[in-house]
Amino acid sequence: MRRQTNVISSIDWITVGLYVALVLMGWFNIYAAVFDEQNTSIFSASQRYGKQLLWIITAVSLAVFVCLLDIRFYSSFAYLIYAVCILVLVTVLVVGKEVNGSKSWFVIGPVQLQPSEFAKIATSLALAKYLGNYSGKMMRFWNIVRIGIVIFLPPILIILQPDTGSCLVYLAFLIVLYREGLSQEILLFGILAVTLFILSLLMQDAQAYLTGGLIALGFVFFGIKSRDAKGFFKGTGLFLVVFGILYGINMAMGERFEPSELLFVTAMAIAAVFMTISALRKTPLIRRIIFFILCALIFTFSVDFVFDNVLGGHQQKRILVMLGMESDPLGLEYNVNQSKIAIGSGGFWGKGFLQGTQTKYNFVPEQSTDFIFCTVGEEWGFAGAAVVVVLFMALLLRLLYIAERQRSVFSRVYSYCVVSVLFLHCTINIGMTIDLMPVIGIPLPFFSYGGSSLWAFTILLFIMLRLDASRGEYIR
Amino acid sequence: MNLDIRKYIIGITIILIGIILLVRLFFLQVIDVSYKISADNNSQRPVTQYPARGLIFDRNGQQIVNNQAAYDLMMVPNDMNEFDTLEFARILNLNIEEVRTNIKKLKQRHGRAFSAKPVLFLRQISAETYATLQVHLYKYPGFSVQARTLRNYARPVAAHLLGYVTEADSSDIRRDSYYKTGDYIGKNGVERYYEAELRGRKGVNIYLVDVHNRVVGSFADGKMDTMAIVGSDLTLTIDADLQEYAEKIMAKFRGAAVAIEPETGEILAMVSVPNYDPSLLVGRVRSENYRKLDADPSKPLFDRSVMASYPPGSTFKVAQGLVGLQHGVLSPDTYYGCAGGYTVRGFHMGCHYHASPLNLMQAIGNSCNAYFAHVFRSIIDKNTQEPRENFLEWRKDILSFGFGRKLGIDLPQELNGNVPSAEYYDRRFFPTTAAWKSLTLISLSIGQAEMGNTIAQMANFAALIANGGYFYTPHLLKQINGRDTVPPQFAERHYTEVDTSYFKFVQDGMALAVTNGTARSVAIADIEMCGKTGTAQNPHGKDNATFMAYAPRNHPKIAVAVYIENAGFGATWAAPVASLMIEKYLTGKTTRAWMEQRLLNFNLYDNHEAAN
Repeated sequence: MRRQTNVISSIDWITVGLYVALVLMGWFNIYAAVFDEQNTSIFSASQRYGKQLLWIITAVSLAVFVCLLDIRFYSSFAYLIYAVCILVLVTVLVVGKEVNGSKSWFVIGPVQLQPSEFAKIATSLALAKYLGNYSGKMMRFWNIVRIGIVIFLPPILIILQPDTGSCLVYLAFLIVLYREGLSQEILLFGILAVTLFILSLLMQDAQAYLTGGLIALGFVFFGIKSRDAKGFFKGTGLFLVVFGILYGINMAMGERFEPSELLFVTAMAIAAVFMTISALRKTPLIRRIIFFILCALIFTFSVDFVFDNVLGGHQQKRILVMLGMESDPLGLEYNVNQSKIAIGSGGFWGKGFLQGTQTKYNFVPEQSTDFIFCTVGEEWGFAGAAVVVVLFMALLLRLLYIAERQRSVFSRVYSYCVVSVLFLHCTINIGMTIDLMPVIGIPLPFFSYGGSSLWAFTILLFIMLRLDASRGEYIR
Repeated sequence: MNLDIRKYIIGITIILIGIILLVRLFFLQVIDVSYKISADNNSQRPVTQYPARGLIFDRNGQQIVNNQAAYDLMMVPNDMNEFDTLEFARILNLNIEEVRTNIKKLKQRHGRAFSAKPVLFLRQISAETYATLQVHLYKYPGFSVQARTLRNYARPVAAHLLGYVTEADSSDIRRDSYYKTGDYIGKNGVERYYEAELRGRKGVNIYLVDVHNRVVGSFADGKMDTMAIVGSDLTLTIDADLQEYAEKIMAKFRGAAVAIEPETGEILAMVSVPNYDPSLLVGRVRSENYRKLDADPSKPLFDRSVMASYPPGSTFKVAQGLVGLQHGVLSPDTYYGCAGGYTVRGFHMGCHYHASPLNLMQAIGNSCNAYFAHVFRSIIDKNTQEPRENFLEWRKDILSFGFGRKLGIDLPQELNGNVPSAEYYDRRFFPTTAAWKSLTLISLSIGQAEMGNTIAQMANFAALIANGGYFYTPHLLKQINGRDTVPPQFAERHYTEVDTSYFKFVQDGMALAVTNGTARSVAIADIEMCGKTGTAQNPHGKDNATFMAYAPRNHPKIAVAVYIENAGFGATWAAPVASLMIEKYLTGKTTRAWMEQRLLNFNLYDNHEAAN
């Protein structure tokens, strides 16, 4: 039996309240960021704050519309929406408008839309649908492959635009998978991969140390996990002995090879030995070790390749600047530096509404979009910035609470997608303005100027609230 | 596994990140005082430190290009007060009206509410003017001086291959974010090709300025400042003495000359005439001079050595002979007769008087047209396949000598030359494809018709013969900062489609040309030189004179190609230039003053009648 839900009464008004507060605060700060003495009306449609007001009004209409639809719409059409989204992402590569070197915009009359913002919604729906339907374990190989395709197809298309910032956001879905039972080893592997990527760039002769360290770590990890101390010691011992012999030979031959090359050969040799043993005994543990070693090796040796060939010049530069390997005060570092000055100069209580000088006189780049948090920090001080941070954290925790009270897997997975995406956006965006994160051009949800991002986040959030309003119904 | 615990882990992570952000904000906004510049509304003023551009040396370590100091006069519109414009204009040698309108213009454009940014008032004032101005500068608040460096030419040679330096334009700035308005960038030549090495790296000093934009100190005790890094010095393969000498003896001509060291591919000299003094394109006089040079009908800005596509004329017969040998349609002992030219079925291509019949060596030595018409026809009409297929093979061999495509010289302006393609003839003969036969293409046999090469390609061809069948990509870079950091592509041997064993026959022919053939008038005492003359027909006027040569015959040290527009016989005008250059390079002196004198007396307009 179906129960018709009264959306008005059962929607989570706490979340709606937080949403409204953030959107309005964003609007005031956009006004302050692009304030122009000749054009003081906050409703002036020729200025960004006037336009943002239009975006807000339309976003609210969208939110209402989203809530009026039946929840079965979202689950039934999840795959269709996803397919359309992929199609649109392909189309934008062909007919899109290029802005700042990225072909990521559609221009329809006076309106510019960025489809990559909306792709997160489609991906969340498709992922929720898939995880809601499947039975069996997350660790099944083909399940992981299919989930991987659903999650990583949009970012692959987005990186072609190229817009690496929007693409990195898709890492958020790993949090969803973690909650839904993704093996900790895979997650750990992912974290290790990111750490390694940074470390291999930081150290000159990094590959040697990293490969060695990683292999050792692999042995320790699986040795402990399987409680098979003997296997661990045998493996490590064998590794050290083989490496030692090779190292000795190399020294005797007058150091013809780099230590990293020796490590590579050693690991390969051991992998071969283990492969033989496991083929004879069919031990799963050993297969995992080999898998781990191989992945680690391929990864460390491909870091330079990826860095030089996949990442664009400005991304390389951002990472290098972030790691302090390249000093560039007039470029990116200068921007972050200006951002820090703007926020730092705010003091505890801030300079007051419209009193900020750093943001207003164009010292800070993109002050109404990606760096909107600077205006908050400068004009409202620590007090205002803390309020914004706390509001975001409150929203995230509230959404987490909502996610956990869902009965159907579809709704829960979708809700987790929302939490994760918002979480990553906030962390990276605020983090970069205070120099905790590399400069990655993604907006602060509900806050930054821009129709696409405000619409997309509104739809994303209100689909979740709509699902939550009908949490009594079981959908899949 | 109990997954429930994971929701707490996620929740705790969110809270932790929130706390990290709050703590960081607290430190940044409340604890750390280095960002507390709000009280007096201070701000930073970054001042760019421009590095000196790298110097350029020749292969013997002689300086060709260095730097001179110049000063840009900057002004901050908001800092300005009333001052004595009359005196100011007098110091700067400017018209007082000019000064006033300029100040007004800049104030309107840049005098916005808070601009602390100095804008350019007058560029590149000389050191002398600066010295005077410096004494009075205190009277002109808002004005400051920014030191820059300009190019200075220790030896006014090799303008085309050096290129020049100018302010980066908007397309440069869009292409590479390193460049900002007012930065200098190499345009053309080595300055462009090795821009990344030569430019060095800008540095920046960040000063703190107060609300009146007065400097009150350096930001963060200078910790954020970066030093400018001076550009790398380049050592070129050019021999400045040889370059200067070649430019001197070619001064009256239009054309080009290129000399290469065969065993390395290093370019020893590269001349394009008419040329210009590179210092014309430096400083404030640059744009005016550029306009003049650009409008000059003799096109002095055009680099004839690597951009012009000239018909090679008879020098191309050597290539023809090599391809014939490779295809087995010719042996060194093949004899063809020549009765004043090549005549077949009503077709006639003339030839000058010489003994007959001739073998390959003699045909090269005497530059017989008929002989190479026979050779070319037997390549194209080889009856194992269609003429078009034979042509394709012929073309492949010719391309392998370095013709028809950029050699890959380290110069941005290099062009392809032209070896016509089969598709080109398809289009031209269409629809009467019956014209696809050797006789229609016969002019190619003597390097005429559509065939065109750059003089660098011709010199490379001479080097290739000198080496006996291989070449190194000709290049200009020898060292960076005194270290041999030459890119690997310049150290790679390129073999051709023709077997190395065939080269000795054409070497013999080219030796004969100098000892007892078309080029005997330019033989050098005690140096065994190999050469090939050419006199290329020119649809636009009198014949072009050309000559390619190398010496000594054993262990060649230099290969040269010379091309002179509208001069007449190759042996008369181009060969002496090459011969003198070789003598100059190998012995360090020249002994034939009469020959130099004759070249310097050349007059393009008189010559039209005289040599015909």
